[in-house]
Amino acid sequence: MSWTTSRGRVLGLLGILGFLATWEVAARSGLVNQTYLPAATTTLARLGRELGTPQFWAALGDTLITWSVGLAIAFLAAVALGAVVGLVPFLERATHSTVEFLRPIPSVAIIPLAVLIAGLSREAALMVVVYAPFWQVFVQVLHGVADVDPVARDTARSYRLGRYERLRHLVLPTALPYVITGLRLAASVALILTITAELVIGNPGLGRQIEVYRAAPDAAGLYALVLVTGGLGVLVNLATRMLERRLLFWHPSVRKEKAL
Amino acid sequence: MTALARSLVPTLRTVGLAAGLPVLLVLGWGLATQGSQSFYFPGPATVARTFVDTWFGPAFVQDVLPSLGRFGAGVALSIVIGIVAGTAIGTTPWLRELLEPMLEFFRAVPPVALVPVLMLLLGIGDSMKLAVIVSGCVWPVLLNTVEGVRGVDPVLTETSRSYRVHGALALRYVILPAASPRIMAGIRLCLSIGLILMVISEMFAASSGLGYRLVYFQRSFMIAEMWSGIVLLGLIGVVVATIFGFVDRRVLHWYHGLREVARG
Repeated sequence: MSWTTSRGRVLGLLGILGFLATWEVAARSGLVNQTYLPAATTTLARLGRELGTPQFWAALGDTLITWSVGLAIAFLAAVALGAVVGLVPFLERATHSTVEFLRPIPSVAIIPLAVLIAGLSREAALMVVVYAPFWQVFVQVLHGVADVDPVARDTARSYRLGRYERLRHLVLPTALPYVITGLRLAASVALILTITAELVIGNPGLGRQIEVYRAAPDAAGLYALVLVTGGLGVLVNLATRMLERRLLFWHPSVRKEKAL
Repeated sequence: MTALARSLVPTLRTVGLAAGLPVLLVLGWGLATQGSQSFYFPGPATVARTFVDTWFGPAFVQDVLPSLGRFGAGVALSIVIGIVAGTAIGTTPWLRELLEPMLEFFRAVPPVALVPVLMLLLGIGDSMKLAVIVSGCVWPVLLNTVEGVRGVDPVLTETSRSYRVHGALALRYVILPAASPRIMAGIRLCLSIGLILMVISEMFAASSGLGYRLVYFQRSFMIAEMWSGIVLLGLIGVVVATIFGFVDRRVLHWYHGLREVARG
């Protein structure tokens, strides 16, 4: 990332300022009607006021709960099932076609079903939030478990490592980078789906608040909340990348990055 | 065993392994719904019949084709914009440093959150739906192109430079081929996001399209029809993934070959 150099930081800051300036000018000059595109300063001021309201923090909390619960369910289920399926060759071959069929089904396709079964609730949102990240992690676990170096496996066998030791010292280190990558992808997909579900289903959270402001119509509030969702996404990315560096400090891909 | 039988057994085993679980699942679904009169879960036979009745007919032209058209146009536009902008950004270091924080931010905005914004700016016509698809799909292609272009093997670029391969020639024969594995990875993501956004954009204030139909069936409690819509979306997802896999193998056959050799 270019943020590590001072030149990169200055240019990046210039880029942000340039974007805000363009936005401001486009709105103030009447290029775009201000009812549809409030000026950058108006939106940022509104964002400041929004941060002072309890409703905003309640919505943010709801979003974060749905997101974390959904991600946790998807991740744990995917790791458990993926490890079992990945370690048993017969299961891997028998489930392959089914997995390849279920995986590309867009998760929004189950929104109507979720609403019918669970109503306009967090449970309905969770059904949507769990689906896509589950497959993302599941496939990564399969790849990770399959990637064990044959030489290392034969070595372990000739040293008569037991089942547990092979899992601990052979499969886990090989699969961990894949699993963490899966978690990183899943975390951002789960966030996107959480907000999508709130927008479409209408369970409490930032997404529903966005829809409320759109219907009001309250353009400044709408833009302010969209900025918040973007910020949330950036935070999730940063956090998962940090987790990756922490857990995989021993892995060549992370060590190489540090040396550069 | 004859030669024919010997070659037949592995094929049969492959077919059995591929078809076994799906067949079992459908059978289980049929058995589970056999006696029950569950309102939400119709049996596979009912769904299959409804599927044919609902989608083979005027609905195909009215709803499915326009949806697929918007999906195709949006994805094509995203790929073109993503590759062109990504190459420009990836080959110009100062431009990359200037835009990187903004790109990181826009990539992180959930594309669906932009639906209300784009509805405000563009109304609820086709252009809004197209803009929604592009606004979500362009990022994976763009960012992967940037990374791919940046990550070209230095030996490759220096060799081509010493042979005085410049400009368009270098782009066509050195940079883009070297970046193509990353670009294809971006396009794969772009396709699945595009499908989701196609449905979502039609769930808001539309009068045709798959997303509109799906919501309509759900709100009027036409359960079997709704299930058939879910199945249709699943099938479209699978077909798109299969076509992509085919193109991917064609475009990147050299790359997959390399990887297999490297794996030994």
